Amino acid sequence: MSASTTLKITEFLVEKVVKNYSGFYDKGTAELLAQIKREKVTRPVIYIGMGTCGLVAGAGKTMKAVENYLEENKLDAEIIKVGCIGLCSAEPIMDVQLPGKARISFQHATEEKVEDLLNAVFHHTLMHDNSLGQYRFSSHEDWPGLPYIEQLPFFASQRRIVLRNAGIISPLSIHDYMARGGYRSLFKTVLNYTPEKVCEIIDQSELRGRAGGGYPTGKKWLVALNTGSDQKYLICNADESDPGAYMDRTLLEGDPHRVIEGMAIAAYAIGANKAFIYLRSDYKQSILLLQHALLEARTCGFLGENIFGSGFNLSVFIRQGAGAFVCGEETALISSLEGSRGIPHEKPPFPAEKGLLGHPTIVNNVETLANIPPILENGPSWFKAIGKKGSTGTKVICITGNGVHTGVVEIPMGIKISDIVYSIAGGIKNDKKLKAVQLGGPAGICIPPKDLDVEIGYDSLEEIGASTGLGGLIILDEDTCMVNLSKYFMDFLQKESCGKCIPCREGTKRMLEILEGITRRPKEESSHETLERFKGVVQLENLAEVIRDTSLCGLGQNASNPVLSSLKWFREEYEEHIFDRKCQAGVCHDLRTFYIDVELCNGCNVCQKKCPENAIIGSVKMPHFIIESKCTGCGICFDSCKFSAIYFK
Amino acid sequence: MDEIIGIVLSRYPAGKKEGLLPILQEIQEEKGFLTGEILNEVSAYLDIPVNKIYGVAAFYDQFRFKPHGRFHIQLCNGTSCYLHGSFPLLRDLEKQLKIKAGSTSRDGKFSIEIIPCMGACEQSPVIKVNDTSYNKVTQEDLRKIIRTIKDKSE
Amino acid sequence: MQFDIEINDEHVTAKRGETIKNVLDRIGIKVPTLCYMNGFSPTGSCRMCVVEVDGIPGLVPSCSHLVEEWMKIKTHSPRVIKARKTLIELLLASHPNDCLYCEKNGQCELQVLASELQVRERKYQSKRTPIQIDKICPSIERDPAKCVLCERCVRVCNEIIGVGAIDIIGRGSESRIGTTYNKGLNVKACVKCGQCIQVCPTGALTEKQSFQAVMEALNKPGLFPVLQFSPTVPAAIAEEFNLKTNKDVLNLLRAALKKMGFRQVFDTSMAADLNIMEEAAEFIDRLKSQKDLPLFTSCCPSWVHFVEALRPGFLPKLSTTLPPQQIMGRLIKQYITSSAGQKPEDVYVVSVMPCTAKKDEAGKDYLKDSETRFVDAVITTRELIKMIRLMGIDFSGLEPEPNDSSFSIRSSASKLFGVAGGHLEGLIRTIHFNLTGQELSPLKLTDLRGLKTRKETRIRLGKQLINVVSVSGLANIKSILDEIEAGKGDVHIIEVMACPYGCINGGGQPKGSDEKSLKGRMKVIYDVDEEEIIKVAHKNPIMTGLYEKFLDRPNSDRNKELLHVLRNSIEIQ
Repeated sequence: MSASTTLKITEFLVEKVVKNYSGFYDKGTAELLAQIKREKVTRPVIYIGMGTCGLVAGAGKTMKAVENYLEENKLDAEIIKVGCIGLCSAEPIMDVQLPGKARISFQHATEEKVEDLLNAVFHHTLMHDNSLGQYRFSSHEDWPGLPYIEQLPFFASQRRIVLRNAGIISPLSIHDYMARGGYRSLFKTVLNYTPEKVCEIIDQSELRGRAGGGYPTGKKWLVALNTGSDQKYLICNADESDPGAYMDRTLLEGDPHRVIEGMAIAAYAIGANKAFIYLRSDYKQSILLLQHALLEARTCGFLGENIFGSGFNLSVFIRQGAGAFVCGEETALISSLEGSRGIPHEKPPFPAEKGLLGHPTIVNNVETLANIPPILENGPSWFKAIGKKGSTGTKVICITGNGVHTGVVEIPMGIKISDIVYSIAGGIKNDKKLKAVQLGGPAGICIPPKDLDVEIGYDSLEEIGASTGLGGLIILDEDTCMVNLSKYFMDFLQKESCGKCIPCREGTKRMLEILEGITRRPKEESSHETLERFKGVVQLENLAEVIRDTSLCGLGQNASNPVLSSLKWFREEYEEHIFDRKCQAGVCHDLRTFYIDVELCNGCNVCQKKCPENAIIGSVKMPHFIIESKCTGCGICFDSCKFSAIYFK
Repeated sequence: MDEIIGIVLSRYPAGKKEGLLPILQEIQEEKGFLTGEILNEVSAYLDIPVNKIYGVAAFYDQFRFKPHGRFHIQLCNGTSCYLHGSFPLLRDLEKQLKIKAGSTSRDGKFSIEIIPCMGACEQSPVIKVNDTSYNKVTQEDLRKIIRTIKDKSE
Repeated sequence: MQFDIEINDEHVTAKRGETIKNVLDRIGIKVPTLCYMNGFSPTGSCRMCVVEVDGIPGLVPSCSHLVEEWMKIKTHSPRVIKARKTLIELLLASHPNDCLYCEKNGQCELQVLASELQVRERKYQSKRTPIQIDKICPSIERDPAKCVLCERCVRVCNEIIGVGAIDIIGRGSESRIGTTYNKGLNVKACVKCGQCIQVCPTGALTEKQSFQAVMEALNKPGLFPVLQFSPTVPAAIAEEFNLKTNKDVLNLLRAALKKMGFRQVFDTSMAADLNIMEEAAEFIDRLKSQKDLPLFTSCCPSWVHFVEALRPGFLPKLSTTLPPQQIMGRLIKQYITSSAGQKPEDVYVVSVMPCTAKKDEAGKDYLKDSETRFVDAVITTRELIKMIRLMGIDFSGLEPEPNDSSFSIRSSASKLFGVAGGHLEGLIRTIHFNLTGQELSPLKLTDLRGLKTRKETRIRLGKQLINVVSVSGLANIKSILDEIEAGKGDVHIIEVMACPYGCINGGGQPKGSDEKSLKGRMKVIYDVDEEEIIKVAHKNPIMTGLYEKFLDRPNSDRNKELLHVLRNSIEIQ
């Protein structure tokens, strides 16, 4: 597209779409809009999911293969890089839309499959192996025998508001966003509403912070608005560092302009003219996309001086987090922005009164901000009708672990966890049994299968002790050791503790040491040793209480959640580790003792060669033997034995 | 003053502490790691005691005070990777290369870094050697990877 | 605005804007603290001061939480006590088990808290990673294993001294107080003032002991050990041993020191008079030539180090006159004892100073004469107290020992050196006399007195008016230096003391320098100036004798060789 065409389209979109919130278009406008939205295409369009998940799964190579294919076959087609639709377990995902035909989606479209898949589409002989589904659109001709995307179980229970565009539109094109009503809410807001009114609308919608505390967003904004100061700041908290949770990344990589628009409205509402997006420096892809998006938004006049002639100014800066989990906590994030160590501070004073450099500052999570434009577009009562009382709207959740389908979904609040596990994720992989669901990141809790009826929502989750960090949901199958998992989370938290307050710094370390003691092979098999380890478990409970009571910030206050909840539901597993020195799941390697079945061993010598500790003896073609005192339980022999002669107790 | 440091510094106002993290990030991006000279220059420019700068930098995982090895091995330790056995992999890696995670071998050949989550949970466990990703790595695979890089490094 | 809140079931009046701890302090309820420091904004990091507030789920730190009308507070409920006890137990899990052998035994805040909270067992065991004791600094020793990371030292170093020589390095349980690249305390920025030692609740920070060397010297045959003590020492000893602060303290102290084996005992104050004589002449010369003004005093070794290492541009403005400790050392070795037939190399000069930086000063290369140092060992007031105890000296049974050396006569001006502004006051008295031929009237300069960190006044010297400033707390000097560098300001003399309020609050003083005891120490000094007859250095009869027999006129070439020094910038990486 030439620069002048781009400019013309921009102008068209701004004048005819963004500034027109009646929703009615004349025929010419509608026609052009359909073209921009690719509802009408004149040549084939190929969409490739190029989010981080797609890239790791090989989307880059897929794209090369597509380009080669087009060149070899002398085909003219447009390639659009899109974000992630959320079904990460199906990546790389490639969609193809032929003129007049429905957009069809393929999963696991790795480079070697590209040729077959494209051949099939272009020759209208659809292969069903890799096809995922098709997008329903009235004027498009459906592909026969293919389900609609929204009918797939993974998508059927979803309600996509903030993820509406993710994976569908090009995150590199502000036109794509504007054509779907983007920046219209900003236009409407800055020209029609006072900041007070915006806060009021958000308050009426009952939107609550999506990151942790769940504080009502509108109320928070009002505090900042009513705090007198010549300088105020808005910060978009994208320092998403929970291992295995990437809701924010999916949003930023799929639809960056939505977040920027949300930020602009929020900044207007609190009277800020400077805003920061603070995101993890590992999110390279997100940073690139955001930089591009900010540039586009500035060029279109949605950011900068005198936005839409309203007199409202806003500059947005990207700041990269430098790798500290605790900086997700708002006061620590502010310390970090100020150029200090990311240390949390006592609240009150809340940042809304006294934040960055002492000025009123609102820190909102990415997802919270992404909800702002649709609320202003559709009104607070529309939003309030979604979800349930006390928890309005939707929640983006990242499903990982042993589910059949995993990825990022957006569900209306109030949905049961069992629905997520069994309907959306499609149950447990490899026909295993479900052991537990872990919810809320490293400081979250685990829920046993019998309690999966609990609904997603602030109050319902708080009741079962999952107070913060809604978002990450890990499906754990029967092969998971809960003690080991607690140890993993505790290790993570104690490494990420900032070290300021004693309970969190020393307490998490002690708890980790107790857990390590339980999962380690005892040096001597005395009853005293067992007693000591049992004492450890009693101490765990005491310690957990004090750490929760006295820690300065949420990280410490919630650090004992994983241990407490697994102790509550899986106490027998702890006892088994302590008294029987056994790990049912076979995960705690130190507790495993390996043996060789002399009947099955044919003396192939493989295990002996592989053993890193030289703990296996025996001569060729004679049954081998493991020296228990040398064995560290690493399990390499077990993995390498082709005759299943090695077993462990 | 080193030219690169000078260019980076000129983009930020002198004496403003808020610039510290982006300055260190940009310089490290160019230089690979932070030396005493860099800390001194930044200290003088921002008027922050050099020990403070070191304190801030040492707080964050991103900043390094030693260069990476020629083979920089990143191991994802996200929940999914952990559940799929990243910890035994790490132990093996440390043992084989005789260095601890977070450090570089004396001969400068290898370094290991633990990444909290690479976001490729479906492919876990994931290991990256320089720019090459290895997905669904088993202990057997790891041994092969180590053998290859050891051979290459000779 | 005032309102009622409930504390431990009783109604108590509180004011808006007060912290819970403010209220508790007022009504006499003590909550334990480890990180709290008077005069600093609370950080809330130790969590020891937590209390239970109805309606708040967790416990809240009373040091930083503000009172509100609805509050019902429990300060010592079982839940609170359990939490505090657990916190101490957590700290002790990795704390060395060597209280009996610890420098701070008996004065350790952690020890007191453990005892108060009735910790009776090592409940949690932790693997202890051995951490090396940092002995690289000549003045201060750090044992990171004993550190509880309360951050008090870091804050004092940042906010009061303003050099930021130490910081928390690392994160979480790996955090340590340290310096760049963990290279130990031998860093440029550290001025060795020892204020960090003063605030450390445990034995993690102590002065580098010279105790052993002194004990050896006392017992080495053929050696002639003598001792000089700084003007602030007698008051501190009196405070520590509950002696009435009158003139007898000096004689009692002298008796004690003689009992310990020091052959002669000197009051460094006499050298302070000599310092005034030289510095006054130096200033008058600079004033006449209008060169190198303002003159900066150079008695405070931390300040001198600051200039040498961090602001070498100001070296020419530093007074070249040796600090009293060095003048005294030199006089003792080259004049006093040699006239009594002792060879300088056999004389062992020990100084007792309220200061840790003096230890560093004594070791400076430019402060020795061919092979002998002017001062052989420096001990802090704290070390002296320990030594007195070790030697079993009981003040109640001591006979005061009258002054046996004519070199202990001093003016009260020299005594003023102990408090910030005092050196300046004494100096101005002599400058005034030297320039105008008349005594300053009144002699007392009230503007330069009191518990303030910046004091200034304007003095008429005949036709000329000069401006003088006294700054204490090294952080406060920075803006003045910047102004001077920018060519602003019209100041003639600046006295700088690194420790706030001067040597009475020095890093080597006994601990517990709260406002009350500082005011007490200050009063002792001002009282001396009130009561004594010789109030100016130039009237000290020893000066006349010295200048006649041993020295040339003040600031002359010969004196420059003996009593002055030119300093150079130093490079430490």
